[in-house]
Amino acid sequence: MADHHEHHAPTGWRRWLLSTNHKDIGSLYLWFSFAMFLVGGLLAMVIRAELMYPGMQVVDPDFFNQMTTTHGLIMVFGAVMPAFVGLANWMIPLMIGAPDMALPRMNNWSFWILPAAFSILIGSVLMSAFGPGNPPAPNFGWTFYAPLSTTYGPASTDFFILSVHLMGISSIMGAINVIVTVMNMRAPGMTMMKMPLFVWTWLITAFLLIAVMPVLAGAVTMMLTDRHFGTSFFDAAGGGDPVLFQHIFWFFGHPEVYIMILPAFGVVSAIIPTFARKPLFGYASMVYATASIALLSFVVWAHHMFTVGMPLAGMLFFMYMTMLISVPTGVKVFNWVATMWRGSLTFELPMKWALAFVILFTIGGLSGLMLSITPADFQYHDSYFVVAHFHYVLVSGAIFSMFAAVYYWLPKWSGVMYDKFWGEVHFWSSLISVNLLFFPMHFVGLAGMPRRYSDYALQFADYNWWISIGAFWFGISQLFLLWVLIKACFLKKGEKATDEVWEGAEGLEWTVPSPAPFHTFDTPPVVK
Amino acid sequence: MQSTLFHRAAALLTTLMISGVAAADWTERSDLNMRPGVTAVSQDVYHLHMIILGIVTLIGVIVFALIMWSVFAHRKEKNPVPAKFHENVVLEVVWTVIPFFILIGMAIPATRVLINMEDTSDSALTVKVTGSQWRWHYEYLDYEGDNNINVGFFSDLATPPEVWQRPILSGGLFPVGTAQEQVGVEREPLTPENAFNYMIEVDKPLVLPAGQKIRFLITADDVIHSFWVPDFGFKKDAIPGFVNESWTEIPESAIGMTLRGQCAELCGRLHAFMPIEVVVKSQEDFAAWLAEEQEAAAEGPDMTPFASLDDAMEQGKPIYDRACAMCHGAQGQGGIGLSFQGTDYMTNPDRLQDNIDILLQGRGAMPAFRAQLSPKEIAAVITYQRNAFGNETGDLIQPDDVQK
Repeated sequence: MADHHEHHAPTGWRRWLLSTNHKDIGSLYLWFSFAMFLVGGLLAMVIRAELMYPGMQVVDPDFFNQMTTTHGLIMVFGAVMPAFVGLANWMIPLMIGAPDMALPRMNNWSFWILPAAFSILIGSVLMSAFGPGNPPAPNFGWTFYAPLSTTYGPASTDFFILSVHLMGISSIMGAINVIVTVMNMRAPGMTMMKMPLFVWTWLITAFLLIAVMPVLAGAVTMMLTDRHFGTSFFDAAGGGDPVLFQHIFWFFGHPEVYIMILPAFGVVSAIIPTFARKPLFGYASMVYATASIALLSFVVWAHHMFTVGMPLAGMLFFMYMTMLISVPTGVKVFNWVATMWRGSLTFELPMKWALAFVILFTIGGLSGLMLSITPADFQYHDSYFVVAHFHYVLVSGAIFSMFAAVYYWLPKWSGVMYDKFWGEVHFWSSLISVNLLFFPMHFVGLAGMPRRYSDYALQFADYNWWISIGAFWFGISQLFLLWVLIKACFLKKGEKATDEVWEGAEGLEWTVPSPAPFHTFDTPPVVK
Repeated sequence: MQSTLFHRAAALLTTLMISGVAAADWTERSDLNMRPGVTAVSQDVYHLHMIILGIVTLIGVIVFALIMWSVFAHRKEKNPVPAKFHENVVLEVVWTVIPFFILIGMAIPATRVLINMEDTSDSALTVKVTGSQWRWHYEYLDYEGDNNINVGFFSDLATPPEVWQRPILSGGLFPVGTAQEQVGVEREPLTPENAFNYMIEVDKPLVLPAGQKIRFLITADDVIHSFWVPDFGFKKDAIPGFVNESWTEIPESAIGMTLRGQCAELCGRLHAFMPIEVVVKSQEDFAAWLAEEQEAAAEGPDMTPFASLDDAMEQGKPIYDRACAMCHGAQGQGGIGLSFQGTDYMTNPDRLQDNIDILLQGRGAMPAFRAQLSPKEIAAVITYQRNAFGNETGDLIQPDDVQK
């Protein structure tokens, strides 16, 4: 059966363009997201070069705004989200004993939309950067608040709208695929409460995606009709409401934050038990905590908007609900600590990244709790304190968990062990630089530096210099990962990986050979 | 050594510390923590911030200590046989419930401060604050029962562009020129006088009385801005079509102080270039200042015609450099805005009225200048545009042509 398929699989570029294989599509997603991570990082380097010294040093203030906007969009929609979809593609069928994703053609389509979407977005940046006199790229922040993005948006806003629509379609199709696969294709005996936590977190994430991506699509469609078809959804002059935009955006935007972090929780919940050689503590409470976080994420959106002038009752409601989220999040952190407790710990690279995740994500979570306190948020809001907070949860949170996942499963994907030396260099270099990059942002933010500023007063100069050094260092550090990946995936150099790879690893993915063959579980395994 | 602003600032700081000049002002500008601010509300917020910072730091230290303990004590060399436990209902309930009580402990003071901050009743002075790209507009609406004050003015960044603009790659990734080509002037060297309040100084500050409750009505002309003076302890968004309310009461101890703030919501290209400066006066001094401003406002705009084309050109150039060159280029070559060099719009006499109307009312991204420039200034700048940059139309526009 397996042979039959392999003999007819297309080769060369057609293998990738026409692929319906979950492993190939997973690899495409992962490489695409890594490419976007480097592109988005390059834009961040422009931002930090500009902010290294006070005074407009390198670019025009408007180009600076284009950089912050596209950096955010590319990192959120191009790097973090597709990375986790790639991981889901590769791992969910292997974890639940399914031969492939449930809807393989849709899987192909949902990936190949992405290069088109990002060509449009990045194209508008290239036109702006390399064509003097061309209209600017989107320059209204990744949150694209109206009316800055509608009445005052540049011509490229329409590219942006089309691009976001395509990203949304891709995400929704990916989410549908995950749900159908998990619901229908589990191996016999793989009950819901036996599924690895990564599958659970992705299942919940997929429901979040289906719930909120259409809201984002609605927001950009309303922008489009405001811009070109005479509607006034967000234009006060026509009876519309600019604040409505923010409500709609953040009704999407807050669950989106959890879309980017829940799969990370799943990854870490897979890695820590392996290297503690001890089962995950509180599996059931982890599942319930994940579900609670997902439900609460729908009733906290306006904590991004405390300064828009809400009624007192509204502010109190959103403050209390936001504070509540720290309870299930805390449960997760405590469960990871309890999993390690009295385990038999070793610290291979995946574990190092997972530990760095737990500690640095917790820092981001604690500053998030500070941000939930409405009166204090009046001071924190839109300052570098917020920038520090969300980079701690997204870079040293979501992206570190992706690194952990790559080092953890790379031997299974490629069949060879990663290069330990350059892996260690990548880890330590990233760990130190990421803190040099983001920790001082807490200070300048509290001291009063607003975010999205292309120039600043002199009391912020010292820390901004250090932040820029940290940024360049962190950026360069990612080239070590590129080398590790090239060596394992293309050169196939390195120690041959065993099927189990890790001594304490549990789960169906470790029962198939390394590298995982093109087709796995054609005959479903039986889970006891 | 590179002669950047950073190094100059460092040298400047050292000089200031050694000489002791204004040392107190610098230490007040912490670069580490939130400003306690001058008002009771801002100090409440500061204390709330410090309490919560203490709590989360404590939680963090405990959790990280447990992790580190586990990392050292439960490593494989020391603990080769792992324990087998994977749940404990009592423990799980405890660490769900305890955080809940900590949260209640945080929510109570937070709620108290918030309720106080939202009470804008019984104010002595009402100031309307309007954000526009990229300056603030202050109007005094009501003071001690007098609601016919008629005082209002715009407040622009005072740090001149030639100080902050040093583009290497301005306008994208292609070098397009130096500060001279961009703004028409050579960069000024930075001195203690112009660098001390770099980016947080304005030409005409907001003046407020101490010891009285001040209500702000906050709105915007174009896009969303946010009014933030950290010393008042809040920021509030300025939204077109909405009027938001906030209040402050500055204590007598702050008389003579200058408080500084900035726009806190991305509002376009020059978002970082619209600071807020507040001068605090005693009630007597404030009343005197207000009377002076009222008198000046009552005189009305200067409508005397220009004596000659050269006269108008001479007055128009500095206005153009300040208000127009940022978008339309120092030589009228265009940029964010349209080019003025020999374009039909600038040279066709039939489009003169168009020219005046757009300047007054704005169009698309072009802001309206009706409220910001006097009729005489508008006449001067249009005369300048239509005769400079090789346009040579000979059009002389008088203040009366602009006034409708």
